[in-house]
Amino acid sequence: MSNTQQRSTQHRDARGRPIVAVTGLGIVTSLGQGKDANWEALTSGRSGIHAIERFPTQGLRTTIGGTVDFLFDGPFAAPELSEKLAMLAADEAVGQSGLGQAGDFPGELFMAVPPVEMEWPQKQELAASIEGDVDYDGLLREAATLKHKAMHELFLFGTVADHVADAFGTKGSPISLSTACSSGATAIQMGVEAIRRGDTPAALCIGTDGSIHAEALIRFSLLSALSTQNDPPEGAAKPFSKNRDGFVMGEGAGALVLEDYDHALARGATILGIVAGCGERGDGFHRTRSSPDGKPAILAMQDALADAGLSPDDVDYINAHGTSTPENDKMEAMSCAAVFGERMARLPMSSNKSMIGHTLTAAGAVEAVISFLTIAHGRIPPTINYVTPDPAIALDVVPNVARDAPVRTVLSNSFGFGGQNTSLVLTAEPARS
Amino acid sequence: MQRGVVITGIGLASSLGEGIETHVAAIAGSTAPVVDATSFAPYPVHPLKVLDLDRQIPKKSDQRQMEPWQRLGVYTAGLALDGAGIKDDVETKSLLQVIVAAGGGERDHAVDGAILTGLRGANAPGAYLNERLMGDLRPTLFLAQLSNLLAGNIGIVHGITGASRTFMGEEQAGVDAIRTAHARIAAGQADIMLVGGSYNAERRDMLLLLELGGYLRKGDFAPVFDREAAPGIITGSASAFLVLESAERAAARGAAIHAKLDKVIAARSKRAPGTVEATLRRLIGNLGPVAPGALAISAATGAAGITAEEASAIATLPQARRIATGDLVGHALEAAFPVLVALAAAALSTGHAQEAVVTGAGHWRGEGAAHLVKA
Repeated sequence: MSNTQQRSTQHRDARGRPIVAVTGLGIVTSLGQGKDANWEALTSGRSGIHAIERFPTQGLRTTIGGTVDFLFDGPFAAPELSEKLAMLAADEAVGQSGLGQAGDFPGELFMAVPPVEMEWPQKQELAASIEGDVDYDGLLREAATLKHKAMHELFLFGTVADHVADAFGTKGSPISLSTACSSGATAIQMGVEAIRRGDTPAALCIGTDGSIHAEALIRFSLLSALSTQNDPPEGAAKPFSKNRDGFVMGEGAGALVLEDYDHALARGATILGIVAGCGERGDGFHRTRSSPDGKPAILAMQDALADAGLSPDDVDYINAHGTSTPENDKMEAMSCAAVFGERMARLPMSSNKSMIGHTLTAAGAVEAVISFLTIAHGRIPPTINYVTPDPAIALDVVPNVARDAPVRTVLSNSFGFGGQNTSLVLTAEPARS
Repeated sequence: MQRGVVITGIGLASSLGEGIETHVAAIAGSTAPVVDATSFAPYPVHPLKVLDLDRQIPKKSDQRQMEPWQRLGVYTAGLALDGAGIKDDVETKSLLQVIVAAGGGERDHAVDGAILTGLRGANAPGAYLNERLMGDLRPTLFLAQLSNLLAGNIGIVHGITGASRTFMGEEQAGVDAIRTAHARIAAGQADIMLVGGSYNAERRDMLLLLELGGYLRKGDFAPVFDREAAPGIITGSASAFLVLESAERAAARGAAIHAKLDKVIAARSKRAPGTVEATLRRLIGNLGPVAPGALAISAATGAAGITAEEASAIATLPQARRIATGDLVGHALEAAFPVLVALAAAALSTGHAQEAVVTGAGHWRGEGAAHLVKA
């Protein structure tokens, strides 16, 4: 190939940076494993929320969740489920991309993983051999026998990514990150940045969360963050409805193979879409509440659009954070109105969480995968359970039934505790325009 | 485009106290490590020297909503911002990007013990656990336990409205935090960043995690590279935050520059005997030429095998003056590498060295190295 030809195949974005293509997508949620199962359920308006059977729920205010119950026969710890979900989603994404060889992925790994800590069954196992009252000195003495060595690796923060890196042969030092409920989007953003820097031709970006256990549920419950409308379970997540009363915890994983666009073209890969822009802003207002003026969320969306070189008018659909908490949905609607103006009344914005619950650490990645499926199919998944609209937030939430519509550009929002606001601009493959 | 990256703010706090001078005195060899061998016996720890928290966290309500590791980190981040002269610069703080290497929150040890005791005789253990957790967990504890809430608290207390990211994964989180911050500034993806970590060693839940794998040293303190008879980690409460900035930006605002952060590299070897040494030798080689007599600071953990391997890799540096953070402040897991880089930058800033190489191998996974030169 001559130098001239090489130059002519160098695609760059409006800022002269490498374009970041998506060549593989994978997903697991309570609706099922894989893109086909999830897409069928999401566009049928089916809910994956159900009564929790994993642990006793006696005495709890919330007894429902979008748990993924079809992967293990026996008991497991949260990091084991998070790892399994990540492996399955990554396997689907890497398989679809056709990139590299089995166990030799030619790119870096960016993983959003839930916080890990020692769980009750393992602590009980240590406590079983202690005489008299249990305290941490007793647990330490039992640990020092080295009979429970496997627990060390199991409860290290870095282990899930370590195992995924081993399985897929990703390159470099894998990143395990958290930006709370925007973690999945941050994993994608970090992959985009690494490819734009030219550090890596490809990135495997994963968000995973399999951490619904009694204590995790109780902690959110004590913050009054969860819906308590347990019956029927599938009706509890009601984003943007007037009677919304909290989110429903969900589990799942989303995986994306990101690749330098020219690298993908050169190997004849199918381009599934482009991660065109990312925006993120901190909110120094409060530990759990968003700034009442929505400023950080507004700036995150505007930054993402500017990063993509697009304007609000270019957006065809918003994949909402839409948790179904009174505060988030109000703040998000208001922030979107500030960014999109009068157009917001007609601009479709739906929440996948109405069906899969809030997959927390995984949500940004899971919802990015669904956004690319939305682009590919020209069909928008609905916001289900939209029976009692909230008159204070007039929106086109694509109520209850999926809608066919050409979608080229999606804005996907993720907001989290600790003042984390991340927005992604996801677009169709340029050749389709 | 690769831009120069410089360190314009250093925040350091540990068992030795706080600030650049205190820690440089220890590097110079005039301070003995502070060790508490009794409070957590048989496990020695380096306890944090009490901080005057009001100086960096003025609101008591903010202090109350944090755990010790978060207060330590927020305090130290404040020292770095002060040192860089940007503490009251609202515009810079709206651009400032933050990366924090963090672990998890502290358990309520008394609650855990009481529940574990009760669970042994409970007829319906699941229902008992639910009842006790609903009654005994403090709602705010949850927030203190979210890894990203150190970054959140830094934002709230210091008024930073730039975005933050939290890396997890023990020692390597600290390596990758500094590596990523450096890469983003070098590539022009950010102009100024606050990066660091914080670790509270005075907690039995973390001792438990490490001891499950048999990684802790028991008994008395011994220097990191002299623990063969009884190898293991002695953890230390410590935090370091750095303000990293593009050289142009720092020059344009006339900021005092402590050191140039020339290179940061990381690896993840598949651990087997010899892999840590081979990996660190490769990383040191990739740092580029290092003049004889450079300062070599190591975050070696003291763990069996890999500590000696790290020593062998460092020995390849010509006439280097070797120092171990474990001999100064102890091992600070996620914060270990930030502390390491901060100590090197402090040494360069005060003229104790012209050039420094830092290395660290995580106790379980991950290897990192960095090269700093005098600005």
